Amino acid sequence: MSAAPGQTVGPFFHLGLAYPQMNELVPPANPRAVRLHGRVTDGEGNPVPDAVIEIWQADPLGRVVRRPGSLRRDGWTFTGWGRAATDPDGLYSFATLEPGPAEPGKPAFFAVTVFARGLLDRLFTRAYLPDDAAALAADPLLSAVDPARRDTLITKRVDQGLVFDLRLQGTGETVFLSYPRLRDAWA
Amino acid sequence: MNPQSSQADINQEIEAAAQQPGGPQPKIDYAAYRSSVLRHPKQPLQLVDPESVELWAPAFGHRDVADDEADLTIQHAGTPLGERIVVTGRVLDGDGRPVANQLIEVWQANSAGRYRHQRDQHPAPHDPNFTGVGRVLTGADGTYRFQTIKPGPYPWRNHLNAWRPAHIHFSIFGTDFTQRLITQMYFPGDPLFRYDPIFQSITDPKSRELLIAQYDHDLTTPEWNTGYRWDIVLTGSHRTPLDLEETA
Ligand SMILES: [Fe+2]
Repeated sequence: MSAAPGQTVGPFFHLGLAYPQMNELVPPANPRAVRLHGRVTDGEGNPVPDAVIEIWQADPLGRVVRRPGSLRRDGWTFTGWGRAATDPDGLYSFATLEPGPAEPGKPAFFAVTVFARGLLDRLFTRAYLPDDAAALAADPLLSAVDPARRDTLITKRVDQGLVFDLRLQGTGETVFLSYPRLRDAWA
Repeated sequence: MNPQSSQADINQEIEAAAQQPGGPQPKIDYAAYRSSVLRHPKQPLQLVDPESVELWAPAFGHRDVADDEADLTIQHAGTPLGERIVVTGRVLDGDGRPVANQLIEVWQANSAGRYRHQRDQHPAPHDPNFTGVGRVLTGADGTYRFQTIKPGPYPWRNHLNAWRPAHIHFSIFGTDFTQRLITQMYFPGDPLFRYDPIFQSITDPKSRELLIAQYDHDLTTPEWNTGYRWDIVLTGSHRTPLDLEETA
C-alpha cells in the first residue's frame, strides 16, 4: 500500500499542536529534571522560529514507556514523549529525565522528529547522551556516518543540562535519518 | 530568489519539476515553495535500523483526549458559519493493519480562509464560534471521525497572488516512531491544485491523489452535513506482526 505523502506543518501549527506543558516531560522543579535544549538554524545560519521538535525516549532505566498522559500532564507520570516549538530566536527546550541505555553497552539517545514551515516533510534524527565513550564508539549508526559529521548527533553537557542544536542545511548540517521501510518513500 | 515572482513564474517551475517526477513523498528540495530553499538538508539521509524506542510510538489514551474534541462545531456558544462537514476514514499501516488507539490532531482555517492565529494577517473575518482545532483517538479498527466546517482557501506570500487550496492539517502517529506523519487533507476538484507549490511538491500525480478526500454521499446526512472520506496509509511498521498483535 502506498503511504500518504507528508506536507509542511505550515506557519500556523501552534493552533493545532501547542498545549500546556507540552515540553515538560517532568516538571522543571523535579530534582532529576534535565534541560534538553538547542537552536534550530537554516542554511544561512539564521534561526528557524517556526519549527516543531518532538522527542521520544526511554526512561532512566532504558525501558520503553507505554503510558498515556502526554497531552494532559499530571506531574507524576513519565510518558517519554514531548513536543516543543521554537521561539523567535530558534530556541527550543524540554524538561525531561535522561534516558538510560536500552541494554548494557548501548549508548542512550533521544529519538527526535523535526517539522517546520518550509520543510515539506518531517525529519528524523537521534540525540545521543555524550558520556559513554565506549558505547558511542561501538554504535552502528555513529560508526557509519562521516566522522566529520558524527558530533551533530551527540548532545553536549552544559551547566543547565544538554545542548542539541539542529542545523537543517549547510555548514554543520545535522545528520538526518531514514529507516528501511521508508526507503522507497524518498526519491 | 525574487520575492515578487508571478504565478506564471511558479507555474513554469512546477512544470519543470514535474518533468522529473520523484517518489511518492514531496521533494524536500522544491524551490517553487520559496521558504523551503534554506530549510531542507542537502546531505543524503543516513539509513539506520530502528532500535528500542524507534520501534514504538508514544501511547495516548482517553485521559489525553476528550470525546467532544472531535467536534469542531461545538466549541463555542454559537454555531460556526460555513458548510458543516464530516470527515472520516481509517488509519492503516503500510501492511494494511489498522492503527488503533492512536492520536490524530487537526487544525484548519475557518470557512472564510482565516486561521485563529496571530500570524494570520489575511483580512477575512474571524468566526467567534470557530477555533479550528480538533483531536481524536482512532478506534480498534483504525477509524477516526471529525465534524467540522469546510475551510476556505487562503492567500499567502510565496509569490504574487499565491493561494492555498482548501485543506485541513493532520498530525498522525503510527505504531512505531518511524511512521510519524504530518500532512494536509485536500478537497476533491479544487481549482487551486495546479497553482500550489506545496501540493505540487509531491511530483507523482498518483501520490498527490492520496491526500485528496472523496465526497461520500453515504456520509452526508439530511438537513445537516455533507461528508468526506479520507483513509490514511502510513509507512510499514518495523516491528514483527507478533509484536503488533501483543499491543493491539
Ligand atoms: Fe494551512
